[in-house]
Amino acid sequence: MSRFLIPAAVFLALAGVLYVGVVHSPNKSTMQSVLLGKPVPAFSLPVLGNPGTMLTNSQLAGRPWVLNVWGTWCPACRDEHEALLAISQQNALPLVGLVWKDEDNAAIDWLKQLGNPYSVVAADRDGRVAIDFGVYGAPETFFIDSDGRVQYRHVGPMTQEVWNREFLSRIPKGALP
Amino acid sequence: MIPELGHFALILALILAGAQAFFGIAGAARGDARWQAVVRPAVAGQFVLVSTAIGALMYAFVNFDFSVLYVASNSNSALPTFYRVAALWGAHEGSLLLWAWILATWTLAVAILSRNLPTSFASRVMGVLGFVSFGFLLFTVATSNPFERLLPAPADGRDLNPVLQDPALAIHPPMLYMGYVGFSVAFAFACAAMLEGKLDQVWAKWTRPWTTMAWAFLSVGIALGSWWAYYELGWGGYWFWDPVENASFMPWLVGTALIHSLAATEKRGVFKSWTLLLAILAFSLSLLGTFLVRSGVLTSVHSFAADPTRGLFILGFLIIVIGGALALYAWRAPLLKSPAGFEGTAREAFLLYNNIFLVVAAAMVFVGTLAPLIADALKMTPLSVGSPYFDNLFPILMLPLGALVAVGLHAAWKRGQLGNSRKRILLGFAAALVFGLAIVFLGYGPGKPLTPIGVVLGIWIILSSLIDPVDRLRRRLTLPRAIIGMTIAHIGLGVCILAISTVESYTVERDAAIATGETLTMGRYAYRFDSIKEIEGPNYGGVRAEVTVLRDGVPITVLHPEQRHYWVQRSTLTEAGIASRWNMDMFVALSKEVGGGRWSVRAQLRPLIDWVWLAAGLMALGGVLATTDRRYRARATASEPALAQGSAAEAT
Repeated sequence: MSRFLIPAAVFLALAGVLYVGVVHSPNKSTMQSVLLGKPVPAFSLPVLGNPGTMLTNSQLAGRPWVLNVWGTWCPACRDEHEALLAISQQNALPLVGLVWKDEDNAAIDWLKQLGNPYSVVAADRDGRVAIDFGVYGAPETFFIDSDGRVQYRHVGPMTQEVWNREFLSRIPKGALP
Repeated sequence: MIPELGHFALILALILAGAQAFFGIAGAARGDARWQAVVRPAVAGQFVLVSTAIGALMYAFVNFDFSVLYVASNSNSALPTFYRVAALWGAHEGSLLLWAWILATWTLAVAILSRNLPTSFASRVMGVLGFVSFGFLLFTVATSNPFERLLPAPADGRDLNPVLQDPALAIHPPMLYMGYVGFSVAFAFACAAMLEGKLDQVWAKWTRPWTTMAWAFLSVGIALGSWWAYYELGWGGYWFWDPVENASFMPWLVGTALIHSLAATEKRGVFKSWTLLLAILAFSLSLLGTFLVRSGVLTSVHSFAADPTRGLFILGFLIIVIGGALALYAWRAPLLKSPAGFEGTAREAFLLYNNIFLVVAAAMVFVGTLAPLIADALKMTPLSVGSPYFDNLFPILMLPLGALVAVGLHAAWKRGQLGNSRKRILLGFAAALVFGLAIVFLGYGPGKPLTPIGVVLGIWIILSSLIDPVDRLRRRLTLPRAIIGMTIAHIGLGVCILAISTVESYTVERDAAIATGETLTMGRYAYRFDSIKEIEGPNYGGVRAEVTVLRDGVPITVLHPEQRHYWVQRSTLTEAGIASRWNMDMFVALSKEVGGGRWSVRAQLRPLIDWVWLAAGLMALGGVLATTDRRYRARATASEPALAQGSAAEAT
């Protein structure tokens, strides 16, 4: 009997490995960001709706902020939009939008229609800045600390739960308004 | 409206699949004829419903219904009709629906063709298939609904991933799934035999054509994927040991072992529990392949999205299906007895060696593919073995296997005297040696150490496969399709070894930055970069270069490599320029503009590369021919005299 149990035993061990693989995969996507702990990539981009003004990373230095990468072409961004609106109501952190490879007018219409959760939105038309951030698909959200270092990367739609667990918790004590 | 209809049909199909599983398995266990009578109508109904669902999604694609999220994400108004249909399986949700539909189709075929099998056995087979179908449909409905609406509807869709906009890749997933899912039939036959507690040679005869057919589809599917990677990804290779390629290759290796061990079980009643295990393994690896691709646990060029919920669902399903089957195996297999032994040089023995090599090769690929996961689970540093591991180990296993094929083809069942055949074997080997070494040393020049071995072996297998059929013809004996099929498939193996050995040793490759008017020389050949022009396609723009190939200074052909920019997805894709000759491919791909009108290009001369895919085609053709052999079509089966030799081990 025993030797016939070997396949089942091997399979059980394998299932354990696969389980760890699945459960770890969200961590993996954060670990894969080589930027963690590194200074935020330097950028200078036109502000959406006001292309004469530029937004640069240095303007944002000095306090923690959040960068959310989105596009009107991205269905999952529509999914997370409501959560972002709710989050922006709480005014915990400045929410900077990076509209990725998109038409300015489409992005402006979208914000008019669905509401604007962002303090400011930078237009990354050719997607260069998103590449510097190592973005591989919208939406992605980054937490940047007051020293201008990337501390966390979330891949996929933002939810209130992720926000509370991974973003709010990273604000240093006493820095909350 | 139509998408909701499709969604509704899918939910009904789920319920019917549950009924099919329950009444099939429980009905056979209780011996209740009325319960078992439910099974076939349930199969037919499920087929109609899943067809309705897939038809509804196809309708949405063809009619640009961007209010369906899946259509909006994977199609676009500029996408040509052919790709709008193929876009259906361009991403996760649609792929699952295709999987379910193909399973429904295979099950329908089983329902129709199993009328001559004992009722309880057929019910159990369809019951197990219903269970698998239930799991997949539940997964689709619960986590991956392809009919989800996107309201308000966007004006236009995001377009199909440009990488997938290619004829070979459009039909690659259906072929691959025909193979994957086809192994579910062998799996169901194995589970039914274990539930029944009875496995005899007739069982092997029923199982063989289904397995061989699935294996043939899988061969074609893998070859199409490889061919696509060759000309579309612009790397110029035909196999990259990418996790997703490996995921399809593992079931193929085990499936190859299975069709051989089934032959031994049918002819001689041996290897029963081993055959059962292989049938479980082949389908388990197919499921695992789906899991690896769809859960995103391994990242590769193919993975579209990582989603842990889906990953956990598939993992749970794997544990129930595979774990359940293996538990059943641990319980029932000890009761099966294999009769009389055989000598070490009998055909059975050669099939056993074949199985050992194939399964070890599959295990080797398995370990290499899952190494990053295993390292992660054991908290070791992330580890990815990469192609050197595979490139070094795989030939070590395959070359001895090739030699075993060349010799084993002449071995007789049961008794080991190679006797008369010995002269033929040696003659074949001598001819292959002369031929092969002539090709290597006179034709191409010495390559790597393994090159002459591979070439000689390839030729030896081809000659060896031909000896018996030619002999039969000379003696005016009939040549059944099973033997023709086997011969063709083995020739395919020989061609494959020959082609890979050649291509791996004699490929000439150069990467260079080159401007128009300049020439790149590779031995007797030269590539002249004539011009580069803007082009425009239906949903892309880009550039096309004209490259003239010269041999000894004489123009022989013109290549047109392209670089395309797909507007909607904003991605850039390489279309290699390839000219195929019977003995080599001339290949050039544009990689990027480096400034000053110069382009960095990859130029290659690849001898015999098309023979690799020809070989896969031969194997598949052989499989199809063997499946259509008359003896499988013969009506009798249930009434066939139970083959003696103490094969039917009743379990209690």
